[in-house]
Amino acid sequence: MMRLRTMIVLAAVLGSPLLAGAAMSAAMDDPPGVNIDNFSFAPEALVIAPGTRVTWTNRDDIPHTVTDAAGKMAFRSAALDTGDAFSHVFDTPGTYHYFCSLHPKMQGTVVVR
Amino acid sequence: MTQTDDIATENRRGFLKCMLWAGTGVVWTVAGGVPRSALIGGGAMAATPAGGDLTFVQISDSHIGFAKAPNTDTAATLKEAVDRVAEIKGNASLLIHTGDVSQLSRAAQFDTAEQIVKGAGMDTHYVPGEHDVLEDDGKSFFERFTKGAARGYYSFDQQGVHFIGLNNVQDLKSGGLGNLGQDQLEWLEKDLSGRSASQPIVVMAHIPLWTVYQDWGWGTDDGAKALSYLKRFGSVTVLNGHIHQVMQKVEGNVAFHTARSTAFPQAAPGSASGPGPIKDFPPDRLRTVLGVTKVSQIRGSAQLAIVDTPLGA
Repeated sequence: MMRLRTMIVLAAVLGSPLLAGAAMSAAMDDPPGVNIDNFSFAPEALVIAPGTRVTWTNRDDIPHTVTDAAGKMAFRSAALDTGDAFSHVFDTPGTYHYFCSLHPKMQGTVVVR
Repeated sequence: MTQTDDIATENRRGFLKCMLWAGTGVVWTVAGGVPRSALIGGGAMAATPAGGDLTFVQISDSHIGFAKAPNTDTAATLKEAVDRVAEIKGNASLLIHTGDVSQLSRAAQFDTAEQIVKGAGMDTHYVPGEHDVLEDDGKSFFERFTKGAARGYYSFDQQGVHFIGLNNVQDLKSGGLGNLGQDQLEWLEKDLSGRSASQPIVVMAHIPLWTVYQDWGWGTDDGAKALSYLKRFGSVTVLNGHIHQVMQKVEGNVAFHTARSTAFPQAAPGSASGPGPIKDFPPDRLRTVLGVTKVSQIRGSAQLAIVDTPLGA
């Protein structure tokens, strides 16, 4: 985030709308997303900084869930129909394994560091 | 052995043909403890035995609420299946639905399915599919479809046959398959204890109790434990859904069979990149490529002969 903000400021200072545009579009892409499609999470493994919000979007024809594989269930989505999304903010560093509670062969990992 | 080989060959051929088919029910007949099946609408319906034997019908995976390729009207195809059930039920005393009644466990979807299935005018027994327990831990499904069974598993006797409905779609473990869980296994063991080994048993569960295809989760982690309780019985038939295609296997005295969906077909194990609906299935063929499955016992052999034949080209 710091780097992006710097770039935007820099672009403003330089007065280059082109550079500012590029920086803005990068900023828009910034929230890390996981696509759910064809019975899999993509990317399967995500590495993020603490405090980052991750959004999962179901692009499949079949409902899926995002469920913490650890017993404590720090995060657990409702059933996501096609087009539905679920977000969770990961504050604490660590490795989080998750799966689809309907199709438990679907697994993914979020690494927070 | 030639006979067995011939039938095996025919099975394989028939099986490949029937993979093209979706959308009806299966009629089951228990005669002398040996269940036989015939897909609804098939010429094999003539094989329905005279009164006295137990006959029942199976439908599965109606997915009411699913409205995408290759089937945007799953209520209509369920209605067609139920109309056929009503036409051919004869002296059938039961209708069973092996789960995924709905797509998203919504009350309106349950309503629609329940009303359509009532059209068959038959005593109906349901087991939950994973699509039916998405809300309130399955409570709304159990209250409506498995009355008296708070966790969706139950048993009853009908004309000397012991029916067991199982729930293997909840508390699934990451990386795992279907799951019965310790409580249900203990209940099952108790339910079977003291029963005569000569009593025919019919087990209904949504996800196959045997491993059809591990990579796609088509099996039940603790299914083998459940089957170990059933080993001593002379005639056990396990009826599943979930995989939207006919598969069968015989192991000792246990015959496994999965039913087709009334909604949409899924690919044969490993033949596609994933287990979702076959989206590009020609819609006009959903109804025209109906098939017939006939199951009977080869005398003197533990094997069941199962032949699938398509009705249309």
